Amino acid sequence: MLLEPGKEHLPEFFRRHRVELVCSLPYYQADMVDRLRGAGVFQKSLEALRRLNELGYGREGSELVLNLMANPVGAYFPPPQAELEILFRRELGRRYGIRFHQLFTLINMPIGRFEEFLRRSNNYERYLNRLAGSFNPATVPSLMCRHLISVSWEGILYDCDFNQALNLPLGEELPRHIRDFDLKALQHRRIRLAEHCYGCTAGSGSSCAGSLEG
Amino acid sequence: MSHYYEENDLERFAELGRYRPELFEIFMNYYQNVMAEGALSVREKALIALAVAHTVQCPYCIDAYTRACLESGSNPEEMTEAVHVAAAIKGGATLIHGVQMHNVTDKVSI
Repeated sequence: MLLEPGKEHLPEFFRRHRVELVCSLPYYQADMVDRLRGAGVFQKSLEALRRLNELGYGREGSELVLNLMANPVGAYFPPPQAELEILFRRELGRRYGIRFHQLFTLINMPIGRFEEFLRRSNNYERYLNRLAGSFNPATVPSLMCRHLISVSWEGILYDCDFNQALNLPLGEELPRHIRDFDLKALQHRRIRLAEHCYGCTAGSGSSCAGSLEG
Repeated sequence: MSHYYEENDLERFAELGRYRPELFEIFMNYYQNVMAEGALSVREKALIALAVAHTVQCPYCIDAYTRACLESGSNPEEMTEAVHVAAAIKGGATLIHGVQMHNVTDKVSI
């Protein structure tokens, strides 16, 4: 995105305002990334990361925080976050001279285009079974839906971004629009669950800030 | 049963504990300890297991350890090298037995 016409000013803007960045990079090799994101995306990502590094982002001890977000390129789980971070740091440094602070891993949610892929490739049932079979109760207290709500551009409230994507608003007994915001009611609400919720509770768990454990 | 090898059978591995469960339990305990982090990392062990899976030509093991390799951070390039290591050792093992063929040939030849 940082390389798109009309957006070239963004890196400098981010630096000036000390914006913490999280950049999506599924893997440290071109073929894996381009397979998921489209031809040439990996090279563009490298260019953007190099530009951010040049501005001081990602350097050890730098206030300009540059974190990466990796998700698997298919119907399997991400490696343990700490181990993948070591691999990414070694390989991105060795191959391309790229530096970053932290790596977050994300489990692919069985919704939207990924769900279509799972069904088309006959992976859906096995992937869902794997998610459900890997349910880890220790992830539950840290789940994002326990601490946040998701607000759509029209002001409609959801338990999480995934429920928003699936058009599953909060239950009828709760405030359903930002104009009716009621902290007490929302803090102790019943969360609307569906099959995809297993995506956040599997293994080490998953959130926008990476795995929930370790 | 339409095929000797059914994909879903992999998930039925635990059924081997139906009879003499104590033996299965000992095996699984050993197996899990072997595959856990030790002097070698889980990622390295998964690559070794993938190579061995190809030499024993077990479709269940190939399925399981292809996924295990991807889930421990390996990529198809590394996994292909592991399979080549397996092929090289297996090929070499075939060829070294050619010395026995030479030995027998020498023994029976005038």
